[in-house]
Amino acid sequence: MGDLRDMVCIVCPKGCQVKTWEEKGVVYMEGEICKKGKPYIEQEYRDPRRVLTTTVMTKSDQVKRLPVRTSAPIPKRDLFKSMALLSKVKVEPSVKIGEVILADVSSGIDVVASDDLLE
Amino acid sequence: MDLAIIGSGPAGLAAAVKAHQEGITNLVVFERDERPGGILRQCIHSGFGLEKFKEELTGPEYANRYIKMAQDLGIDIELNSTVLELDKDRSIKVVSENKGIRAYGCKALILAMGCRERARGSLDIPGTRPAGIFTAGQAQRLINIEGLVPGREVVILGSGDIGMIMARRLALEGAEVKAVLEILPYTSGLIRNEVQCLRDFNIPLLLEHTIAEVHGEYRVEGVTAVQVDDRRSAIPGTEQFISCDTLLLSVGLIPENELSKMAGVSIDPRSGGPYVDELMETRIPGLFACGNVLHVNDVVDNVSLEGEFAAQGALLRIMGKGYTSDGMIDFKAGPSIGQVVPQRCTRGRDVWLNLRVREPMGKMKIYVGDILRKTYACARPGEMIRVKIPKKALQELGPSDTTLQVRCEEV
Repeated sequence: MGDLRDMVCIVCPKGCQVKTWEEKGVVYMEGEICKKGKPYIEQEYRDPRRVLTTTVMTKSDQVKRLPVRTSAPIPKRDLFKSMALLSKVKVEPSVKIGEVILADVSSGIDVVASDDLLE
Repeated sequence: MDLAIIGSGPAGLAAAVKAHQEGITNLVVFERDERPGGILRQCIHSGFGLEKFKEELTGPEYANRYIKMAQDLGIDIELNSTVLELDKDRSIKVVSENKGIRAYGCKALILAMGCRERARGSLDIPGTRPAGIFTAGQAQRLINIEGLVPGREVVILGSGDIGMIMARRLALEGAEVKAVLEILPYTSGLIRNEVQCLRDFNIPLLLEHTIAEVHGEYRVEGVTAVQVDDRRSAIPGTEQFISCDTLLLSVGLIPENELSKMAGVSIDPRSGGPYVDELMETRIPGLFACGNVLHVNDVVDNVSLEGEFAAQGALLRIMGKGYTSDGMIDFKAGPSIGQVVPQRCTRGRDVWLNLRVREPMGKMKIYVGDILRKTYACARPGEMIRVKIPKKALQELGPSDTTLQVRCEEV
């Protein structure tokens, strides 16, 4: 049986709380939850993912940091590992918004520039 | 010039782009920072643009959409230019390093200066005055733009969105966030942030707590946290010392209306911003306000929408098609409603009404006079509600119906 977790739904401002666990591949929820919240809770239980946003160093004198983001949500457990990898990156101008800064930071997902770095 | 816009954040830029698209090409945007985009530049997290662009963008990505539109249209944005004075006849005095001090007049002016953060001085937190106390927005600017970490062991006062977002930001950068303290029994930000900024990082959230004292001679050494009762008074005996080298304050945003007040614009004490109508015109004809200078918004897409309304209003004034306040309808906020913006409207078009409830509520109905009724599953003060009042409903009112009460009742 998968571990029992106290989870909060974030789909709407109600923030319903459910106890969630897994048995033989099926996710069960105990507590108030609606049809919009169920898929969120199930996904969040099985494979919680987050978009990581941070900044990286630049070689520019004008602009010290470049904001970056993962192009898609990455597994929550890889957040700190990704931060460590990104702490070593130093970006040279010029870079356009959306350009890949670090490929495959986790699960085949790239980190891309969230802003232009022109000078 | 025909139109002057003060501020190149999401409100000012949306107003500029819309104005230009509607034919006002003789316009200038004044921006005091070195780059356009306003506060979005430092909001590097995602969650912006879901309504406007149907995508989940970061702050800089959202700003870039408008900056590129403005560039493509050839809109003049004067950077490093601070507006020092504004008069009720819309004359302004601007200073910049490369052009010195200049004076301008214009046919219409849009205020889009955004808001400030409430700081320690207005909170009267007892204790010493050591280094290491920042507002959450200051810390955000330091980390995301200057590349500096403000400290290593952090306590955050206030659970608004900025406080929670900075808790996550600091945790990701290797700081230890010891606690987020919130004086109310609920957070003032989005549930999503409670989960993704605090729970995700096991950061303790202490509701009904505040800070009784700050300690440290030259640098913060710790704070005394204390529990409060339902009248927000400290409960003796509940004090606990939390060691830290940094204190972040996220305790309120205040629309920045120094220039507006200079010009004599009437300010609504409930919203902290000017009284306006549905096209964002203040009580001084020709002066408009949109975005956080008008009222603190939750969703940037609404800020841009307000900028577009302001541009439409400015266009009418510039073309000499402005309207008088005869026959305008005033919105009166009922007891459970904290604020309503706009505060009045004409009967000339659909009206988007923005309101906040005073306290969290379960299933409830919002009533606008007798002409509109809408049900909601729940409401929190931290999540602004928007209601569309159709023009037809306003036009069906009698000429002596000049007030509409906005109220809500739990079902």
